[in-house]
Amino acid sequence: MNIIEVKNLSKSFNDFQAVKGISFAVEKGEVFGFLGPNGAGKTTTINMLTGLAKPSSGEIVISGQDGIRNIKKVQQIIGIVPDESNLYDDLSGFENLVFCASLYGMKKDKREKRARELLKEFSLDDTGNRPFKAYSKGMKRKLTIAAGIIHEPEILFLDEPTTGIDVESARQIRRMIQELNRMGTTIFLTTHYIEDAERLCHRIGFIVGGRVVKVSNVRDLMAEAQHENIVEFRTDSNDPGLEKHLKSTFPNINIKSSKDYCLRISSGDHIELMPFMNFFDGEGINISEARIIRPSLEEVFVSITGIEIDKLKKEKEGKKK
Amino acid sequence: MNRLLAYWSILMKDMKNYYLKPPNISWGIIFPVSWTLMFFMRSSSAVDIRGILPGVMALSILFGTTSMLAVTITFERKSRSFERLLLAPISLNLLMLAKTTGAILFGIINAFIPVLFASFMTDLSGINWLSTFVGVVLIALTSTFLGLFIAVSVSEVFEAQTFSNFFRFPMMFLCGLFIPIENLPIFLRPLSYALPLTYGADILKYSINATGRISLWLSLLVLFAYSLLLFTVSTHNIKKRWLY
Repeated sequence: MNIIEVKNLSKSFNDFQAVKGISFAVEKGEVFGFLGPNGAGKTTTINMLTGLAKPSSGEIVISGQDGIRNIKKVQQIIGIVPDESNLYDDLSGFENLVFCASLYGMKKDKREKRARELLKEFSLDDTGNRPFKAYSKGMKRKLTIAAGIIHEPEILFLDEPTTGIDVESARQIRRMIQELNRMGTTIFLTTHYIEDAERLCHRIGFIVGGRVVKVSNVRDLMAEAQHENIVEFRTDSNDPGLEKHLKSTFPNINIKSSKDYCLRISSGDHIELMPFMNFFDGEGINISEARIIRPSLEEVFVSITGIEIDKLKKEKEGKKK
Repeated sequence: MNRLLAYWSILMKDMKNYYLKPPNISWGIIFPVSWTLMFFMRSSSAVDIRGILPGVMALSILFGTTSMLAVTITFERKSRSFERLLLAPISLNLLMLAKTTGAILFGIINAFIPVLFASFMTDLSGINWLSTFVGVVLIALTSTFLGLFIAVSVSEVFEAQTFSNFFRFPMMFLCGLFIPIENLPIFLRPLSYALPLTYGADILKYSINATGRISLWLSLLVLFAYSLLLFTVSTHNIKKRWLY
């Protein structure tokens, strides 16, 4: 059963079309990953789904409600965790949670009880009386997630939940996401940590240039990626002509070079290493490392979006700072 | 009930977060006190003190409300915590009423600080307190919604303060508080009648000194219409600019 249905959704800003008639559905009880490079239309889509932006055209149905006309009813059953921890600096952790609960009409006793429970669950019970501004980045992130689920939403929108925080907090947040999902909450997740998507998501939608180019479950995506054999060579040559030369010598193999002296060779068939070693030897190029890459979701992401993960991470981190 | 709870929580959060902060309390008191002392010390007699009381009250409200809105809205918008409120299941009108109620109350309290000072220095008998209070409330409403209009039009706190002065200072000199409108150059007079503070000041003059020149009911109506217009335009701008 679909809990979110999006049909032909578009959003334009003057002449620029940020989202171009996308359609997809999220099933009740799943963790749905929404991945794409910067500027692909992820945030605009989330803003339209949560009521922060008005679609130019298309339909949104969330839990049976018209997500455009009845957005205030929809907002009652969704929780939103933005990519920035945007709680109130001068309120304590406890006060922030109680305040957020009151926006959803929760009674005093219930919201205070729930706030205490969440502080405990997120290991913030010792710091619940401290002002939000005194929290570390990881603590702020955890409290922002707690604020997003204080009213026990049916659907939780999580935008980059683990970006820029310490390993332990990120691990705890991942556990929380899994636990929430186990309890029945549908999760709509955007992240640029492909490992997070691989570990947490049941299905993933890829958005590139304002279009959803693929929606599939993680198992199928992985199986697709694992059909490919990849070998990476680290060389001492940065000659831009090398890639072209290799392509002409091995026409049935995909070759991609990078600035850090790496050559990535991929093929649907088994790759024999010796012909390549002989080629490099003949060209007088030394190989310092040759390794077989186990295809992962990262490769799927790169092949679908055409953007390197490292570049994506750097862009995101830079944006956060 | 749920709506009332959200309204009350936003108001209480703003009170705790902004209005009841020691710097704001002191600023909220010091500002009208400074205005009061500045004018009262220059006044040669008790009659003058009563004469300038409407002006000092009106300015205390205008400056207090517009300055606070610039902080509570613009700052929250900048830190993105305002998004949290926009994403809550409450209507935009209720949200903006909750966000502005603190400033309205702040303005009303500011208005009565000069009255408190004046009570020690002159005889305040004969004042129509009911129409004074209604006038103060309406000036606070109009000034707050003017502050809201300004806060929605800018993105930085300093821009809001600068933009506020663009409205505040001309109003101060053209609303007839210190220079009677009939003494202004003829080409400026229509502008005076286009300013809401002209009507607010006239209500206070009528109530405190019985020297109002515009019909009380007309002034009340104009201020009410201005409040409604500024609130409607501001919420429309929020929908257009923030819920793009």
